[in-house]
Amino acid sequence: MLKTYTYPEFPYVRSPELGEGKVRRYPVVIIGAGPIGLSAALDCARRGIATVVLDDSNTVSVGSRAVCYAKRPLEIWDRLGVGERVAEQGVSWKVGKVFFRDDLVYSFDLLPEAEHKMPAMVNLQQYYLEQHLVEACAKTGLVDLRWKHRVINVVRAADHVVLTVDTPDGVFRMQADWLIACDGANSDTRRMLGAKFTGQFFQDQFLIADVVMKAAFPTERWFWFDPPFHRGQSVLLHKQCDNVWRIDFQLGANADAEEAKKPENVIPRIHAMLGKDIEFELEWVSVYQFACRRVDNFRYGRVLFAGDSAHQVSPFGARGANTGVQDVDNLAWKLALVLKGAAPEALLDSYHEERAFAADDNLLNSTRSTDFITPKSRVSRLLRDAVLELAADQPFARRLVNSGRLSTPTPYLHSSLNTADDAVFTGAMQPGTPCADAPVKVGKSRGWLLGHLGDGFVLLSFGKAPVEELRFGQVSARVLTVGTDIVDEAGILKQRYDGQPGTVYLIRPDQYVAARWRAFDADNIQAALRRCLAACTRSPA
Amino acid sequence: MSLIREPNIADADGFYEELVGAQRDLTDEEAEMLLAKLVLILANHVGDRAVLSDAIRMASAKPGGAAMIPGYAV
Repeated sequence: MLKTYTYPEFPYVRSPELGEGKVRRYPVVIIGAGPIGLSAALDCARRGIATVVLDDSNTVSVGSRAVCYAKRPLEIWDRLGVGERVAEQGVSWKVGKVFFRDDLVYSFDLLPEAEHKMPAMVNLQQYYLEQHLVEACAKTGLVDLRWKHRVINVVRAADHVVLTVDTPDGVFRMQADWLIACDGANSDTRRMLGAKFTGQFFQDQFLIADVVMKAAFPTERWFWFDPPFHRGQSVLLHKQCDNVWRIDFQLGANADAEEAKKPENVIPRIHAMLGKDIEFELEWVSVYQFACRRVDNFRYGRVLFAGDSAHQVSPFGARGANTGVQDVDNLAWKLALVLKGAAPEALLDSYHEERAFAADDNLLNSTRSTDFITPKSRVSRLLRDAVLELAADQPFARRLVNSGRLSTPTPYLHSSLNTADDAVFTGAMQPGTPCADAPVKVGKSRGWLLGHLGDGFVLLSFGKAPVEELRFGQVSARVLTVGTDIVDEAGILKQRYDGQPGTVYLIRPDQYVAARWRAFDADNIQAALRRCLAACTRSPA
Repeated sequence: MSLIREPNIADADGFYEELVGAQRDLTDEEAEMLLAKLVLILANHVGDRAVLSDAIRMASAKPGGAAMIPGYAV
């Protein structure tokens, strides 16, 4: 199995601490070199912060893991320099089909909104993503990636964390001013800290088969409810790159997983599904169960949880890696400002506030999908089947079919970092919302708004502003003027931001709207900037 | 709009006859499917989330527990 991809073997390097006899202190240590840990390291590097990343393996993610990456994570990776590569290599799909029993119930076209740099989503095997992230980390010169380093103990001190690390050459200790735990759903860090991780565990088992198709097959997402080849269960088919297809079979709670995994049992199932003439080879087969749960606090003093260590969701709707990378996007700029002494530690409490809110939203969406796909009682199955029968002819019922909802970012509408509007705006860009992209021009070259926002505070000004930047303490917000710095030729930027002349947006380093006004008022802007830094006092400068 | 609790169906007896009649020749499973579809069709027609929530609460109330629904009296 696994013929389309050769796993890289990253070199293990003996840590300098071994035999040195002294404990070194680092500003930021990250546990876990998965997509979240690596993205965290990259985002820190973008902000000039060196990190040490510890991972207990020496390769990328093995087997069938995350597949689907949605627009917002792609935009974040674009800011970090790997988005274009992932989007180019990934497979985009637009057409989905829903089957119920013997019949195609309906097809849909995602029809994503035009004029965004990144697509609504792409499918790509997790190992490719990790490989690109590892390469990007190496290029920064600020990421010290240590393979085969297993963290066996974490102890919190008042202003740092002490880690005990096991390596092939022995055990050593290190200190971190801040620790980001990206060590997955079974996080040892979470256990060692005694953090609570509660929610709902689902009994249903799912079998994943990644298969290589030898002939062309349409690039569409197919979802079957109760198909003739797998009675009473659900099946999902979608495409990854290298002609690898992901097939997800619901097995139910009582199936014998070991038996189901055997090729002699998997292959006939796939033939029954795709037709007996379709030629394919098995690439990888595994069985999983899942839970929907979240850590009680994303911040334990100087330990910050991100990704699956903080929240575990069902796979329906592709919310695991997609929300994890948004944790990092939210965390990195806050941590950078706190490390530089430009914002108080209290800013990091907003990391929990905002990302726990988003996690709960994701858990809700993911649980709803799970309950639709795997009804838990006779009557819930009856209602589900009634929806599917109606969906064939009644468009209203299609809206109720839930085979996973596309992951979209959760706006932080109630965040304490937001400043409420004092004027009327139309459109979606209210405070707490991630910035929508839009095409812009600089001179003759075409570009995108998000690329010009970069990763610092920005004052997006529709029309000339009286200053070029505004400062609060060590933090500056750079003015980006629509009309001179960037040109909104098609008027899409103006439309998406309700950008009447004079309008000013304060945009956070993670490209979320913090505040907006109809006129440039330095006092208002400084107050909003102060609020966005969780700074309650006047400017220290 | 709030959930209508006063009699609102013209020809109530005729409606009830039609509702029961619709499942006369069906198996229990088919009849249950008909009712489930009917709920979904009517819910879509109503649309108003607050009204739907009130209706779900009213349907969930135990006999004699109807007083728990504000404004609802038998």
